[in-house]
Amino acid sequence: MAAHSLSPSLYRLLFAVKYASLHSRCCAVHKKAQYSTIYNPSEKTFEKILIANRGEIACRVIKTCKKMGIKTVAVHSDVDSSAVHAKMADEAVCVGPAPTSKSYLNMDAIMDAIRTTGAQAVHPGYGFLSENKEFAKRLAAEGVTFIGPDTHAIQAMGDKIESKLIAKAAKVNTIPGFDGVVKTAEEAVKIAQDIGYPVMIKASAGGGGKGMRIAWNDEETREGFRFSSQEAASSFGDDRLLIEKYIDNPRHIEIQVLADKHGNALWLNERECSIQRRNQKVVEEAPSTFLDSVTRQAMGEQAVQLAKAVQYSSAGTVEFLVDSKKNFYFLEMNTRLQVEHPITECITGLDLVEQMIRVAKGYRLQHKQEDIPINGWAIESRVYAEDPYKSFGLPSIGRLSQYHEPLNLSNVRVDSGIQEGSDISIYYDPMISKLVTYGATRSEALARMEDALDNYVIRGVTHNIPLLREIITHPRFISGDISTNFLPEVYPDGFKGHQLEADTRRELLASAAALYITAQLRSQRFLGELRVSSSPVECNHWELCVELGEQRHVLEITKSGNVYTVEVDGGEVEVSGQWDLASPLLPLTINSTHKMLQCLSRDASGNIVLQYLGTSFQVRVLSKLAAELNSYMPEKVPEDTSSILRSPMPGTMVAVSVKPGDTVAEGQEICVIEAMKMQNSLTAVKQAKVKSVHCKPGDTVGEGDLLVELE
Amino acid sequence: FRGKLPQTSLLRDSRWYSVSHLSVKERIDKKRKAALIGGGQKRIDAQHKRGKLTARERVELLLDPDSFVETDMFVEHRCSDFGMEQDRNKFPGDSVVTGRGRINGRLVYVFSQDFTVFGGSLSGAHAQKICKIMDQAMTVGAPVIGLNDSGGARIQEGVESLAGYADIFLRNVMASGVVPQISLIMGPCAGGAVYSPALTDFTFMVKDTSYLFITGPDVVKSVTNEDVTQEELGGAKTHTSVSGVAHHAFENDVEALLNLREFFNFLECHDPSDRLVPSLDTIVPFESTKAYDMLDIIQAIVDEREFFEIMPNYAKNIVVGFARMNGRTVGIVGNQPKVASGCLDINSSVKGARFVRFCDAFNIPIITFVDVPGFLPGTAQEYGGIIRHGAKLLFAFAEATVPKITIITRKAYGGAYDVMSSKHLRGDVNYAWPSAEVAVMGAKGAVQIIFRGKDNQAEAEAEYVEKFANPFPAAVRGFVDDIIEPSTTRRKICRDLDVLASKKQVNPWKKHANIPL
Repeated sequence: MAAHSLSPSLYRLLFAVKYASLHSRCCAVHKKAQYSTIYNPSEKTFEKILIANRGEIACRVIKTCKKMGIKTVAVHSDVDSSAVHAKMADEAVCVGPAPTSKSYLNMDAIMDAIRTTGAQAVHPGYGFLSENKEFAKRLAAEGVTFIGPDTHAIQAMGDKIESKLIAKAAKVNTIPGFDGVVKTAEEAVKIAQDIGYPVMIKASAGGGGKGMRIAWNDEETREGFRFSSQEAASSFGDDRLLIEKYIDNPRHIEIQVLADKHGNALWLNERECSIQRRNQKVVEEAPSTFLDSVTRQAMGEQAVQLAKAVQYSSAGTVEFLVDSKKNFYFLEMNTRLQVEHPITECITGLDLVEQMIRVAKGYRLQHKQEDIPINGWAIESRVYAEDPYKSFGLPSIGRLSQYHEPLNLSNVRVDSGIQEGSDISIYYDPMISKLVTYGATRSEALARMEDALDNYVIRGVTHNIPLLREIITHPRFISGDISTNFLPEVYPDGFKGHQLEADTRRELLASAAALYITAQLRSQRFLGELRVSSSPVECNHWELCVELGEQRHVLEITKSGNVYTVEVDGGEVEVSGQWDLASPLLPLTINSTHKMLQCLSRDASGNIVLQYLGTSFQVRVLSKLAAELNSYMPEKVPEDTSSILRSPMPGTMVAVSVKPGDTVAEGQEICVIEAMKMQNSLTAVKQAKVKSVHCKPGDTVGEGDLLVELE
Repeated sequence: FRGKLPQTSLLRDSRWYSVSHLSVKERIDKKRKAALIGGGQKRIDAQHKRGKLTARERVELLLDPDSFVETDMFVEHRCSDFGMEQDRNKFPGDSVVTGRGRINGRLVYVFSQDFTVFGGSLSGAHAQKICKIMDQAMTVGAPVIGLNDSGGARIQEGVESLAGYADIFLRNVMASGVVPQISLIMGPCAGGAVYSPALTDFTFMVKDTSYLFITGPDVVKSVTNEDVTQEELGGAKTHTSVSGVAHHAFENDVEALLNLREFFNFLECHDPSDRLVPSLDTIVPFESTKAYDMLDIIQAIVDEREFFEIMPNYAKNIVVGFARMNGRTVGIVGNQPKVASGCLDINSSVKGARFVRFCDAFNIPIITFVDVPGFLPGTAQEYGGIIRHGAKLLFAFAEATVPKITIITRKAYGGAYDVMSSKHLRGDVNYAWPSAEVAVMGAKGAVQIIFRGKDNQAEAEAEYVEKFANPFPAAVRGFVDDIIEPSTTRRKICRDLDVLASKKQVNPWKKHANIPL
């Protein structure tokens, strides 16, 4: 690469230009690493495809279309008019206002867009209209190709009950349980009792974790029924539910299938998706550490049987629950491209979007089952704009004031639909990106994931990198000892961020102190300033007080060149680095090990926030004199919050259950906020009388907004 | 040589080192020691108990280690009434510590009022000490920092004390525009004393422990029968958000002093001057009624995202403050669409005008970001004299001769367009973003006037938008020099500043201009 011989400043310029351009360019460089299949330009394909989706998946589809020489049409809501997907596509059509029901789910507007742009086919991505048989029908009626399975397969697999019957008939293992539509809470309780607790309640129409709840007793069944049916209604417009046996300590392992319209079907190995929170996937990998080749083949073959049974074409996913004895049970089939498809692409070399387009055009599969390899290991972390310290992730919103993807590292793929300056809004999924790393072995892929997370610069929104990094470095995860209960088991009291050991604590303190001194020394250098002391005092030894949490440490620092030797808590730490205070990244060498820290903020009062080992730590660095004088400063009492209910996240008020004068018991529901399609019930912290209510159903509230005051 | 001779005995025995010298030396030591503890340990403890540092501790923390050079440590008050002449009522240095020192190597003159001595009250001697360092600062051209913590006039001295205040005021005025003057209020500051900070360029306060008022709550009660606490009447919150008297407030003494050091920093910087800022391409919403945060633009453009905002809580519809561009200090003025649509009103005009004049006085280039729908209408504004106050901002921009760079990010409507450092007021470089709309007013209002009584209002509105709601009308006339991609703004400003570094512009000679006060 020519870039290696360039001067650092020029290289930085190129780097900046790279980020300034759209992501397609960056990914073009990396595509080679992920796809082994070669696109055949003589094979005739669609001329123009409309992508009925937004965000990263729309960008993902557009990338392959560009590679295949297909023109693309993006649809977008009004708030998304400058979104990356709308800018990447050759044409962009606005299909309505921000709420999804009025834009991305607005079939009339999307059909109009298809007509006006003359798109020959539609890729639906995932979510939205991807598994909507009505949409597929309307497309068929106008002679537009739906890039996905036939309406028949969508219908058969989209219904949880019917899909199970079909699976049973196709000799696919199914979960013991009751298949039937549930109409009332009492009916739900009766069914649950028949099956035996625990049971899982979920929406018939929905996929993924949305509208899914687990009940361990009658009371929870009633509650689960109420919530799930509401969510199902708001997300899918279909409030039918399903109750089935809940398998304790299960793994969620799914098989990617690919089928054509000529009766051929392949299984493209498995994806392990057991790391979940609230039944939504967080970290996925392919292959799974748990499967042996016999189980893998059995699962793969059953998946293909099912696909064939419904004359499936296109890419699809058959989800299984696998118990500790490697018994596997059919869960559901997703008749669309999955969020986590990139890891399958990494280990098999297939471009699934390209295959979907080929199949939709009517071509036969190019591969035979024996052509499908498992090359190396791929891990995907879902980077979300959410606060991992609140029940493993409550949505946060904001503007990405700084955003750099770690694409400078090799074997890293980032699928995203946002860029620096993008807004993460309450209207859509809070996913920032899918960060995929790849390696010859699992440990290689994991090590690369650590680097990638450390190098990922996200400012302006709260994100879940602290949690992701803790997961992938946890001994249980590394050993492969995981289940869907991983998070609640490992963090029974909730996620608290990285817990520093004595040595990492010393490293953090030393790095903060060294950064502080670097900034102090720089303050003494001048630009265009004449009135400078002619003999600046050369200083290379300092004594600083550094506060971290409740503890205060006295540090002795000696500087020689770029190397700081720090004595702290009886240990010695050597820190060196380039100390570029303009960069958000802080690449340091600590005791001759390379570490990537990030400086999140630094102020004149000595407060420094560093991201170290994924978690951000607030440190206060003061000179010895300032620390001494600081002890005279009065403690300021923060506002008493027990009587005040503030919104923990931005969202829309769905219900307010109290009015002024009511007496609420501890734990009683006060109001319900819907954010990112999830309903969150807010409860009273103590028993008290309601003093005032500052919100009403339908209000849009921001994080920290005052909702209700208690007396 | 040293070490071989018994130095002390040599000195003691030498003929020319007399007994009286000895006693003088002892007296010097004694006085110095006394000066260092001010009003005594008991009062120092009381000061600490209030959450405040002593005058000397403040100076020590503010200045570089060992850089403080004190003057007038031996000055004592000269009052001989009311028993003040007694020895126990004499404190070497009196109730203020003065001298010079360095902040990150830069020379500054400092006075720090000592609350432990007669409550920091101002005697003739106290005033004389302050005047002395102000005179010295003027002579060498160094900034003056005042750390105010004083109960007011030394009542025992009467008119002597008042004369002292006036001497300081005069120097404040004479130094204005010659050397930067900064006041940090760290305790009470009442009565006539408030006018010294008011005359300086910047007034900072410490939350909960500092007060500024003409008369305290007791007098207010007796005169107007209002019940008001010290904090409500003249605390940091009042002055930074309601009255606009103070420019910034800090949590406590230590934070205030550390931040004051930061304020003095002129950094060398490694943030590349040609850095593109892609996030700016999407920051201005398509709907011209939708708000965005001007601070996002400013932080993304300046070096290292560091912006020292002045008056962040007052007249928030205009943002002013200091930052660096490629290492050079610049003053930044921006309309804030997030607050009151970024309109200009009385308070924001005055806030902006004072800041612009400071920059002009001290040769700091001004970068102006414009998104202004106009002046705020209404009786409150008209009765308050928006015409007179708005004129101040216009005056300030027009008379400024420092490099002036203007970026129109969205709206530049009506007279406010002219005011906001337009080309017509000698703007050196004026840019428009593609989202800019330079017009007399918004489409709706304009159409109602142009097409009054006609039916096809919507159509006319569309025509107006097509014609005027874009940067072309200004660009074709040369009123903006270029229409630029927002992401290139930083690069362009840095280059322009390089060129403008040698700008020379002189206003016609005059005794002084007559800004509409």
